[in-house]
Amino acid sequence: MRPTLYDYVLSPSCYKARLMAALVGSELESVAVDFHPGGDHRKPEFLMLNPAGTLPVLTHGGLILTETTAMLVYLVRLAGRCEWLGGEDPASAARVQQWLAFSARLTASLGLARLHDMLGRPADIDAARWAGTLCLRELESALVENRLLGEDFLAGNAPTVADVACFPYVMLAPDGGVSLDPYPAIRAWTRRIRALPGFVEMPGIHRLHDLRPEPGEAEAAA
Amino acid sequence: MTLPAAAIDEWYPVAMAPDRPLRPDQETTLLGERVRVLLDGQEPRVEANDGRNLPVIVRHGHVWTSLGAPKHDLFAIPEGEQPGRRLVECGAIRVRCSPLRAVENFLDIAHFPFVHTDILGSEPHTEVNRYEVRIREEVDEVWATKVTFYQPQAAKSAQGGITTEYMYRVPHPTCSVLYKTCPPRPGEWDIITLFVQPLEEDLCQVWPWMALFDDQTPQADLIQFQQMIFLQDRSILENQIPRLLPLDPGMEMPTRADLTSVAYRRWLKKRGYHYGAQLVAA
Ligand SMILES: [Fe+2]
Repeated sequence: MRPTLYDYVLSPSCYKARLMAALVGSELESVAVDFHPGGDHRKPEFLMLNPAGTLPVLTHGGLILTETTAMLVYLVRLAGRCEWLGGEDPASAARVQQWLAFSARLTASLGLARLHDMLGRPADIDAARWAGTLCLRELESALVENRLLGEDFLAGNAPTVADVACFPYVMLAPDGGVSLDPYPAIRAWTRRIRALPGFVEMPGIHRLHDLRPEPGEAEAAA
Repeated sequence: MTLPAAAIDEWYPVAMAPDRPLRPDQETTLLGERVRVLLDGQEPRVEANDGRNLPVIVRHGHVWTSLGAPKHDLFAIPEGEQPGRRLVECGAIRVRCSPLRAVENFLDIAHFPFVHTDILGSEPHTEVNRYEVRIREEVDEVWATKVTFYQPQAAKSAQGGITTEYMYRVPHPTCSVLYKTCPPRPGEWDIITLFVQPLEEDLCQVWPWMALFDDQTPQADLIQFQQMIFLQDRSILENQIPRLLPLDPGMEMPTRADLTSVAYRRWLKKRGYHYGAQLVAA
């Protein structure tokens, strides 16, 4: 029996679970929840499943998960693809945890700006965008440092759950009025993620071959 | 700025009809003015910033209002009244673009294979067949008919690829109605509309609405299918330059793929509807 994802197609958090499953080659059953405009995630039947009233929810047998990062770890272990959990040495394991926690800041800033701009949810939009910008600056400098060490991903040389946790809200920052133009290292990182085998899209996030080249890229390669 | 009468004396959607969950006392914007949507019992009331009550029509799943005094009724969609149809309100999605750009994009089928890849279109089936576009003077609407297109998954209810036939209708400067082949019921048309609420000249809210023959697909799946399609357009709409829809005061040179767009622009000029447009010579 496959795990069941209570899903909303426009939610970057739901997409994290779909993307993780696709990258480790497993399949999910999907149950669409009318988040907008219905607000079904706040209705009693759904609150029985998840008292926090948040999406996504992942169920499998008797297991009910309501935290996205827990779902990513579960899907990876279930598929036996533990390389996605990162290295076992103390520093590597801690770096993965560091970025998993950081992903919550992305949700609260860039995610909130996107909800405001797209679905008209109330928010202090300037504060949300500024908090998001600070997150992006932090991410940019970390990625630059990683590249100096020859590392392509957040927690080392290979992609991990940390990359999957941080990628969607970063990639969709323009939906909330925050441009990625000032962050070349972030843009290069998102391209590496979109090029991974098994990568799937969500509305607003395209596969790599659909993308416009970076300025000068085609000319430089010729 | 003073708004042209063509824009003021027009109906616009501002909320979902009150049988859908409506937050009482919703604030929104129409043509740059703050308006409030209130509920008197089950009756929606719309109040302008200065406290005056605005005219209200509840139709096509939405609450419509006007800042002015429209001399015409809001357009009808008679096929939408047929018994057995599922009526699906999809909620509002906000887009940083001109309301006219949102309608023009909705009318453009040439983008299907590139923007809605593997859903509404796919490569190499990018050819747009010949179709007919005209302004129907007797009803003052733009119609595009005999539009056919190969689609991998034309609707949530479609199993596999089919050649879909479409008709596009523009009965209102910021609204379009699409009639398309209905996979489970040949001979009938599924109705998919785009109602656009102009917030500002370069900011709008779209309220997709559907009237479908489909008693299989859960409501949430129908809504999410439509939202997914629209979100694929949103990033493109937000990156269009210029933001406002250029209206050439002279003649525009049609290409086959965008005949509908040319007719739409010509019709807007004829009506003097310039909110969200810029007048430029090519
Ligand atoms: Fe589209």
